[in-house]
Amino acid sequence: MSIVATTSDAPPMRYPKFAQPWIALFLAILAELGIALFVLSVVSVPLIAVWVGIPLLLVVVPAARWFANCHRTMLAGFLGERIPRPYKQPPMPGMLMRLRTILTDPQTWRDIVWLLANAVVGFTLSLLSAVLFLAGLFYLVYPLLVGVTPKGVFTEPFGGLFTVNFWTSFLMMPVALIAFLIWNAAGERLLKANAFLARSLLGPTESAKLAMRVRELSESRAETVDTQAAELRRIERDLHDGAQARLAALSMNLGMAEEMVARDPAQAAALLTEARESASTALSELRDLVRGIHPPVLADRGLEGAVKALALTCPFTVDVTFDVPGRPAAPVESAAYFAVAECLANAVKYSAATNAWIQITHEDEKLHMIVGDDGVGGATVRPGGGLYGIERRLAAFDGTLTVVSPSAGPTTVIMELPCESSSLKTTPSSGTA
Amino acid sequence: MRVLIAEDHALLRDGLIRLLEAHDFEVVEAVDNGPRLVPALVEHRPDVAVVDVRLPPTFTDEGLKAAIEARTKVPGLPILVLSQYVEQLYARELLTGGGGGVGYLLKDRVSNVAEFLDAVRRVAGGGTAMDPDVIGQLLARNTKDSPVSRLTPRESEVLGLMAEGRSNAAIAAALFVTEKAVSKHTNNIFAKLDLPPSEDDNRRVMAVLTYLSSR
Repeated sequence: MSIVATTSDAPPMRYPKFAQPWIALFLAILAELGIALFVLSVVSVPLIAVWVGIPLLLVVVPAARWFANCHRTMLAGFLGERIPRPYKQPPMPGMLMRLRTILTDPQTWRDIVWLLANAVVGFTLSLLSAVLFLAGLFYLVYPLLVGVTPKGVFTEPFGGLFTVNFWTSFLMMPVALIAFLIWNAAGERLLKANAFLARSLLGPTESAKLAMRVRELSESRAETVDTQAAELRRIERDLHDGAQARLAALSMNLGMAEEMVARDPAQAAALLTEARESASTALSELRDLVRGIHPPVLADRGLEGAVKALALTCPFTVDVTFDVPGRPAAPVESAAYFAVAECLANAVKYSAATNAWIQITHEDEKLHMIVGDDGVGGATVRPGGGLYGIERRLAAFDGTLTVVSPSAGPTTVIMELPCESSSLKTTPSSGTA
Repeated sequence: MRVLIAEDHALLRDGLIRLLEAHDFEVVEAVDNGPRLVPALVEHRPDVAVVDVRLPPTFTDEGLKAAIEARTKVPGLPILVLSQYVEQLYARELLTGGGGGVGYLLKDRVSNVAEFLDAVRRVAGGGTAMDPDVIGQLLARNTKDSPVSRLTPRESEVLGLMAEGRSNAAIAAALFVTEKAVSKHTNNIFAKLDLPPSEDDNRRVMAVLTYLSSR
């Protein structure tokens, strides 16, 4: 099954309970290995003065970042959410620019602090979690250990406070129970605490979050502006080559007919017929153009009516479920409509479906739109494609698009569009009373 | 024949009045907004009303809503709805009221005066006048596993014209065949669509449209 998601990061996984001690053990070992990176980083900075630090830094910092990124991925499993990678990208290529970016990136220093914190606090937390479980295991098989090993190796639990023999060693088994109980209650929390510590240092700071947000917004704004400009050009061209040209021909025909009506009524009548036909064509072109800009039925009936009208024009059965109180703001409504329309058009063109369904709901301050069909599947988001267009269109509103389309079908497109309840207007009354 | 017009654009309103009066229709009133429309329809009970979908004050689908409302107050009140665009959803809403005497046409069909007048008279007479665009969409929709797919191309053509609201004679004229051939086609169509044949033109069209729109 091929799943195409828009986010490149895999969704965070959760570890099963009995995998946790082993992961914790692994993390504890890694935490101590991290010390080497910490030392190298700390040492290489003053060494910049004697130039050796520069190549050293260029090797150590990426290594530390890789190390931190591995932790970001692993710890995401404990947190149940992604830890972003808030590194600055060098604005220009070049070694010195790279170095400059590395040195001015606050995350570089926060990484180093984390390496130390992880080696001390993170190590303790992880190891404690692992040891609780391992101690439980150890005391569970304690009599066996006493039985199979020579005298004196395992006969003195707790560091020689007292001595046990094979039979009395069974008395140690409640210790296993206690260890397991403590691990059961606290093991996961210890690991979570470690993950929270890591997130506070590895995750973006408030200002880094803002900077990322600004970057995202300026990208989506630039794209929106581009799309709008392209759309305006298309409208201008359509008007110029279509309706305008036809109206010019129409007025010419009318002029000729006017001039000819007395001399040659038959020919004048023919010209008038021609003029009427070109007026009709001009009107139908304008109609199509208007539909492309803002479908009249969307203006009349809102998203629900427009989507239902859309469903009616499909060559296959489309079930529409609509549950949104009131009407979203006009731009959101329009974006939602065109997104659904494009999905449906894709289904008509490529899916060979016999059934489709559209579900639009409003939850958690978001408009959720799902368009599914029972067709052949294999839909992907690729630059220049229809789905990519929808993604960009939705991105302008901070919306997202996810496509699930295995090559044997069916296809489901899931779209989310932020839309606050407060911006939902109740439908105005028709005023025909 | 008494006509009521609802159209907010002065130019189009005057054009419609002039067009209809030139062909011996009596224009009883020409309203230019939605709220006035229903009372005017109920008051005058015209033989036929020509109504624009989009009217003030909301400039949405006031005309259509008024038409549907007026038809619930005066059942069978013949109303021909004109619009800058045709929408199946609206055609369906008009038709679900039941009974004939409804029409839904693109505004530019008015430019073909003879056809437009024919549509007005047909609606006034309790028939239907559906825009070919609507019918085209309805027919295109029935692709797979629908009885419509069993029709020959000629029969589909006949069904299309029939669904627009035309009589056998008009269909014969449009397709350049004899009326007898048309009635043979219609009988075939009814047989294929499992509809009992009927002498009543209006019921025939309604049956076809109901069948199509229920898909």
